Amino acid sequence: MTMSYTRRTKDQLAARVAQDIFDGAVVNLGIGQPTLVANHLPEGREVILQSENGILGMGPAPEAGEEDYDLINAGKQPVTLLPGGSFFHHSDSFAMMRGGHLDICVLGAFQVSATGDLANWHTGEKDAIPAVGGAMDLAIGAKQTWVMMDLLTKQGASKLVKECTYPLTGIGCVKRVYSDLATLECTPEGLKLVDLVDGLSREELEKLVGLPIAA
Amino acid sequence: MINKIARSVADALAGIQDGATVLIGGFGTAGIPNELIEGLVEQGAKDLTVVNNNAGNGETGLAALLKAGRVRKIICSFPRQADSQVFDGLYRSGKLELELVPQGNLAERIRAAGAGIGAFFCPTGYGTQLAGNRETREIDGVQYVLEYPIHGDVALIKAERGDRWGNLVYRKAARNFGPVMAMASTKTIATVHDIAELGTLDPETIVTPGIFVHQVVRIERVATQAGGFKKAA
Repeated sequence: MTMSYTRRTKDQLAARVAQDIFDGAVVNLGIGQPTLVANHLPEGREVILQSENGILGMGPAPEAGEEDYDLINAGKQPVTLLPGGSFFHHSDSFAMMRGGHLDICVLGAFQVSATGDLANWHTGEKDAIPAVGGAMDLAIGAKQTWVMMDLLTKQGASKLVKECTYPLTGIGCVKRVYSDLATLECTPEGLKLVDLVDGLSREELEKLVGLPIAA
Repeated sequence: MINKIARSVADALAGIQDGATVLIGGFGTAGIPNELIEGLVEQGAKDLTVVNNNAGNGETGLAALLKAGRVRKIICSFPRQADSQVFDGLYRSGKLELELVPQGNLAERIRAAGAGIGAFFCPTGYGTQLAGNRETREIDGVQYVLEYPIHGDVALIKAERGDRWGNLVYRKAARNFGPVMAMASTKTIATVHDIAELGTLDPETIVTPGIFVHQVVRIERVATQAGGFKKAA
């Protein structure tokens, strides 16, 4: 059987995530791929971006030469502040997460389990230096935690798994997985399909993932 | 008369003892009290426990303090960076103890110390390696892990403006850990770029009230940043 589907590009994937961010949402975009989502927010939607280092109302990168290194995002890149934006200290920033004030966070992942366990901070390799940052606070704190990732590793193994083998970031915290091949919901009963790229069927996706996926 | 303005970095840092726990503010390029860290290298206290979000990068600042062999233990959330080679080497050779703490727990444990909280139950990290073997409890159907405060003997922080009572205001995202670290330490030393006449900081916008601050040192603005600053010639 040959499958003739086309993967979503990184920008297409970012646009797919952005499509589901509702008007008025307060959103934290994780370091790396999730930051791309900001470039694809549909016209006419007012979305407030939170940065864990103490910014609400974060704007895009400044023009070259206008960088201000007191105004950076969690990835330590220079950003700007939109009108209405505010600054606050770290304890308040993480209170926004844990206290359930943040609508959505978008994170990358090494693995996600069918029931929404997340592994994204540590490969567990012996020589690896662990670093967690705000991942654990974000994962369990936001009202909805979304993951954005390629569905398969470079070796072709599914990153959606029955149980995570990498060290956990949080238990049952992921609601949705947006991938280059499909969008899925994680539920206590397992995976549920939201959408697929053209040319891929649910049955073919189940084969790639190796887990049942409810229609 | 109350006058918390220190004449120099060296004066402000006098009295930091071997074995002290030192809370150091900053996140990325914002809010790092570089002059105080360099001063601490000069000052010579050793066997320190350092609390910072990161574990130093490049060869200056916190990395220089580590390289000088003054630090026994570091408590941080994100030690690994592209240029954290000094930390990486010491950690891998077993010369530096690491306590890795999720970033929000780090901030809240510091805040708790300043607020007189004995311990608190927090959902972050439940069921993960970083919960260790600490006590857990289910409250209203949610699982929590018991977290203990982090007290500092000294906090080194960077603010924008301060007065002789120790009142501080910060600049943009350089605020980060400053306000909670100031609360949590026996002695808090803050650098500022401007000393304000008492009564000229707007009381409605003072972020750290002077009660949490013991020494204020004025430092030059390092002109390496564009935007709000002028580029160095």
